[in-house]
Amino acid sequence: MRVMVIDDSKTMRNIERSILNQLGYTEVEEACNGQDALTKVAAFNPDLLLVDWNMPNMDGITFVKAYREQGHKTAIIMVTTENEKTRVIEAIKAGVNNYVVKPFTPELLGERINDTMAKLESAP
Amino acid sequence: MSNALNPIYVTAFIEATQNVFQTMLRQDVSFGKPVPGRLPHLQNDVSAIIGMTGDVVGTVVLSLPAATASKIVECFVGSPIDIKNDDFADAVGELVNMISGGAKAKFDGQQVRISCPSVVIGQGHTVQQPSGSVCISIPCESSCGGFSVDVSIKKVGVSQASEPAAA
Repeated sequence: MRVMVIDDSKTMRNIERSILNQLGYTEVEEACNGQDALTKVAAFNPDLLLVDWNMPNMDGITFVKAYREQGHKTAIIMVTTENEKTRVIEAIKAGVNNYVVKPFTPELLGERINDTMAKLESAP
Repeated sequence: MSNALNPIYVTAFIEATQNVFQTMLRQDVSFGKPVPGRLPHLQNDVSAIIGMTGDVVGTVVLSLPAATASKIVECFVGSPIDIKNDDFADAVGELVNMISGGAKAKFDGQQVRISCPSVVIGQGHTVQQPSGSVCISIPCESSCGGFSVDVSIKKVGVSQASEPAAA
């Protein structure tokens, strides 16, 4: 499975990449904001996107809307400090499949990835 | 405006700090008595600063001595990073980002946005809080050393940042 990690923090990209590697996902691409991600998704063709919310240049929610408007059905998990119910609803409406609040454990991220991919595979 | 921060905010930052350290660094933090009122001129080496806008306007500063910051960053990312390396500032900035994000979620229905973090590194620098703010410094002790979370709130829209003045 090919995973793209989109976060302006190199620290968080490294942490998420490390967790993904431990979970057996070794095809990982990184982007440092939404604009950077939009330029990389076509070439990388990911199966899953982990997207931060607050980023400079283009934030995560703007990226998700733009990406969905292009017709992509790829799974998206928002990984963010934005914890309020209204924000979660906003993200789901924009097309996010699942949500992980920072800080998170490797176990939680793994569970959310498995749940998300399982739901997409079982969808008609 | 009283110079004491509403306990809701103090508790929110204490709980968020504990959660970040327990989850990402696998260690507990103990908290001293928060120092209300205007912050003293703290002498610190590393300050990670984040702004809050919306129903609550203010700043959050994670203030650390260099030795403590180095140990915390090593524990956070899993390997030592030189304090002059850009990745060091990135890691400290992410910590204050998670603390602030976790705290604002407990602000009782208030809509608050946080900025991208800024990090100041320099021996013995001072972060001057804006005038007209309600400030509090929360002393923290971890196995990596002591640090503080300094919260300054200038304006609150929906409810009151400060405790009501005694009659």
